[in-house]
Formats: sequence, structure tokens, C-alpha cells
Amino acid sequence: MPGLTVKGVRIDDTFAEAFGMRATALVITADSARWARQAAVTMTGMATSVIGCGCEAGIDRELTSKQTPDGRPGVRVLLFAVSTAELQKQVQTRVGQCVLTSPGSACYSGLEGEESLRLGDGLRYFGDGWQISKRVGAKHFWRIPVMDGEFVCEATAGLTKKAVGGGNLLMIGRTAQTTRAAAEAAAAAIAKVPDVIAPFPGGIVRSGSKVGSKYKSVPASTNDAYCPTLRGAVKTALDNDAGSVLEIVIDGLTSDAVASAMRAGIAAIVKLGPKRGAMRISAGNYGGKLGPHHYYLRTLLP
Amino acid sequence: MTRLTLTLRQRPGQRLDLSPLVPHLLAGKSAHEIERIELQTTRRRVAVGELFRLRMGDAGQICIEGSCERLDYVGREMTGGELLVEGDVGIQAGRLMTGGRLTVRGNAGPWAASGMKSGMFEIAGAAGDRLAGPLPGEISGMRGGIVVVRGNAGERAGDRMRRGTIIVEGDAGPYAGARMIAGTLIALGAAGPLPGFLLKRGTIVLGSGCGALSPTFVDCGVHQLVGNRFMAAMIESYSKSAARFMRLPLRRLAGDMAVLGKGEIFLGKFGDEYS
Repeated sequence: MPGLTVKGVRIDDTFAEAFGMRATALVITADSARWARQAAVTMTGMATSVIGCGCEAGIDRELTSKQTPDGRPGVRVLLFAVSTAELQKQVQTRVGQCVLTSPGSACYSGLEGEESLRLGDGLRYFGDGWQISKRVGAKHFWRIPVMDGEFVCEATAGLTKKAVGGGNLLMIGRTAQTTRAAAEAAAAAIAKVPDVIAPFPGGIVRSGSKVGSKYKSVPASTNDAYCPTLRGAVKTALDNDAGSVLEIVIDGLTSDAVASAMRAGIAAIVKLGPKRGAMRISAGNYGGKLGPHHYYLRTLLP
Repeated sequence: MTRLTLTLRQRPGQRLDLSPLVPHLLAGKSAHEIERIELQTTRRRVAVGELFRLRMGDAGQICIEGSCERLDYVGREMTGGELLVEGDVGIQAGRLMTGGRLTVRGNAGPWAASGMKSGMFEIAGAAGDRLAGPLPGEISGMRGGIVVVRGNAGERAGDRMRRGTIIVEGDAGPYAGARMIAGTLIALGAAGPLPGFLLKRGTIVLGSGCGALSPTFVDCGVHQLVGNRFMAAMIESYSKSAARFMRLPLRRLAGDMAVLGKGEIFLGKFGDEYS
């Protein structure tokens, strides 16, 4: 694939193809940063891909006690799903099972959206009649008595329909170690970008997939064109020096946020250089016909 | 734009109905039209022009100067904008307000903020009896918005309140928060006897204790609740002292068990006697 080279790293002239998604943001607080983080990690667990998890979720950033509604340390998490109904279901289940249950937690909307999802409005029934509704100004929240005191939960959370899921970068390196170093550097850079998450483990995915399979019942299967061990056996997308490929998938509340994250990721990979990191950067797409958002790598160079 | 200012020339010979002098009713009117608005409450007619010196300006920001307690219904059914009153006001100031900001730099008479629905009402001095309460025959009192009284409040502050927030920085009279359906009443000074009489739901916060407390309130222990911290953040801009108090560990009394019993009274260090 023709491309250009920046500081020794080859960048394919291709684009990442992404899709419109529904998303919400929640602010989870607790008595300490450790417990806010714990609730956030638990509620964003097993949320790597909408295909098998119902939603994609992750931690956007940590908040100091000055940045949260109740003056305690907090974490902002983002959740993405393909439909409003599915997102509603995921928010309800995950907050109900993972945040409500976490010691000292409270949960607030982290987004001013054009529409809203039920948050405390659904969970309040846990209070069995002892729940207390409070409305101050534009804020409406519920106090639900629990065994360690009260679970405070805002009635609704903002929803955005302008979210984008599936922005991505492919890092191709000589060895598994150097490729992972590049992916780690990119994931660390992307974690600093606001309003985006990289939902896979540590932000990185090693099992990129293609649509379809030789087996009738399997909808997606390994992306053989990028498997280095099949380099000689299949119609490969890899050069002869490629030993390992990793991918970063990015979901963002806006298209601009996804573009910023990809730009930050590319900059980090280029900074690491081809010897210690990846020697080539590419991106995944479906020919441009499926997703409305196209992020051309040449427009995102450092 | 400058404010539209009305300066009272002298103490009026009769009580006046100030309800026409709110931003949305004065919008688009000329000085001449405003001066011809009648404000009498007796058979003797008096118009704005005879009573006030008018300085035209933006009707969205009205200032009434030299006010006295004979001016009733100030800011009644106000929907938006700002209304500032320098001096005292009479009965039912801010009644049925649905928006905007009403400020009284003086004392307010009985039924201030009666049945208020939304908006912000600040009284720099004291408020009379039945602050935010319903008129006889009405089912509920205040239904939303925020009322801040820097001084004391009379009897039955927050009577039959259903939603909204009242902050009294001074003392509250007897029966504070009587018959409350829901909402929040904070009285930082000493409250009179029987606060929360027949309280169904809602929160009463008493910063300096109260007179006799009904035995139908039951002790739920001392707690530093997250909900109160959140509430504190919400009211910080209206009353720093109320916000500070809400962040303390407070004794929670549930009641009134004579009725629904889903309400609560929070007491500070004065609550120790109930343990």
C-alpha cells in the first residue's frame, strides 16, 4: 500500500472507518479515589465490544474532589452502544450491579446531552419505598438507603447520538515486544485525550477480526490478512519484515475527539520510532461503504 | 440596557397591588403606558405615575426604590427577568412565581413566596408568617424554586411545601415545615416548637436546634450523608453558611410518624439530647 514515511515509520495511505453510536458519560464518586476507581473499573468490566458485551465502556479520566458534584474524588466513565434501548439497558444493569453495590459510591450524569437516559429514575425502586427524591434547580437526584448509608444517584444521565465508535490504528512491528511497546505508547497517549476510551484490555486488541468465516455459525473470524504466522499462506497485508500486529480501537463522544485520539496515538508511535516500536501504521476499514466516519491517516500526522 | 426604576414618592395612603409591575407585563410598554397602570386596592384609584417616579429602562430588570410594607403582591406570578426591591414589601410577595429572580432588600410580609413554582427569591431581612405556604383552601404550598431569607422567618415557614428549597439563615418560628409534602427547608438559627408537624416527606435541617420536638420523630443516628454534601454543593451559591452546615455529621430524625413518616429532620450538635 503506498504511503509516506515519518521519522522512519511507514504510514499507509488509508483510513479508519467508524460508525455512529449512542453514548453516555457517568461520574462515579466515592470516599476515596481508590473506591471511585474500583466502582468504575467494575462497571466498565467486560465491555470491550458491542458484539459480545452489549456496550463498550471505559474510564475517560479521573476527577479531583473539586471537579465532582459532591466534592469527593471521582472517575468519569463513558459507555457506548448501538441503540438507545441497549445503552439504557446496559447503564441500568451496570450501575445497578457494580456502582450501587460499591462501598460509599454515588453516581451522576457526566454529560449534558440532547436526550437523557434513566439512571436513578430506574434504580430508585431498590429503595423499596424509602427512596428520597430531591430536586435543586435543574438537578434531580435520588437518595436510596443502603447498608453503608445512602446511594446518591442523579435521576437521569445525558445521551448523545453524535458519538463515534470504531476509530482505530493498526501497529505493525518487527517483534511482539516492539509492537507492544508502540501500542502501549499509543494507548497511554490516547488515555490523555478527553471524551474518548479505548475499550479493549489496556486499550489494546490483538485479535482483529474480519467479517464472516468458513463456518456458517461464526459471524466474525480472525483477520488472516494481518496474521504474521499466515504471511505466506494467505493473501496477506503484511510485508516480509512484519512479525506482530496490534490494534487500538477508539470510541469517542464526538468525531473530533476520535480524530484527536488517533492523532495523539500516531504521534506517540512515531516518537518511539521503528526500531523500538512499530515500523508501520495502518488502519482498518471495510472499503468505506459501511461506516459514515472516515479518518485518513495522512490527515492525522504529527 | 439600564434598569427600569420606580421610586416611591411617599408612603401610599392605601395598600397597593404591585402585581402588574413584573418584567413580562411591562415588556414593550412605553413610559406613558406604565404610568397609567392602576395599583389601588380600595375604590380610590391610583396609578403608577402618581405613586412612583419612573426612570425608563429595560423592563427585564426592574428596580423598585423606597418601598414600604404597604406594597402587596410584589413580583406575583413573575415569569422571568429580575425584580429588585429596595425596602420592605407587604403580603404575598413572589406568590406563584414561575421564574426569574426576585430580591427584597428589606422585610417581607406574610405568605412571601406562597405557592412559588420556580425561580429564585431572596429576602435580605425577615419574612413573615407562612413563608412559601398555601393560602387557605389550597392543597400545596411551594412547588419549586429556591427561597433564601437572610433574617428570621415567622410561623409555619414552608407550610405544605411540595418541592423546592427554602433557606432561612436566621431563626424560624413555631411549626417550621408543618405539613410538608416534600422539599427542603433549612433554618440555621433556632427554630420554634414543633418543627415538621405532620411532615409527610421532605427534609428539614435545623442549624441551632428547636423548641419542643414532637415525640413522633424517631432517632436514626448521626450520619454524614453524601446526599447532603451534594445538596450543599447545589446551595453553595445561595448560602455559604447553609452549605457549610449541610456538610457536617448530622443527627437524622425520621417522621412525622403521626402521618406518613417518610420525612426527616437533621439536627447538628443540638441533636445530642435526642440520642
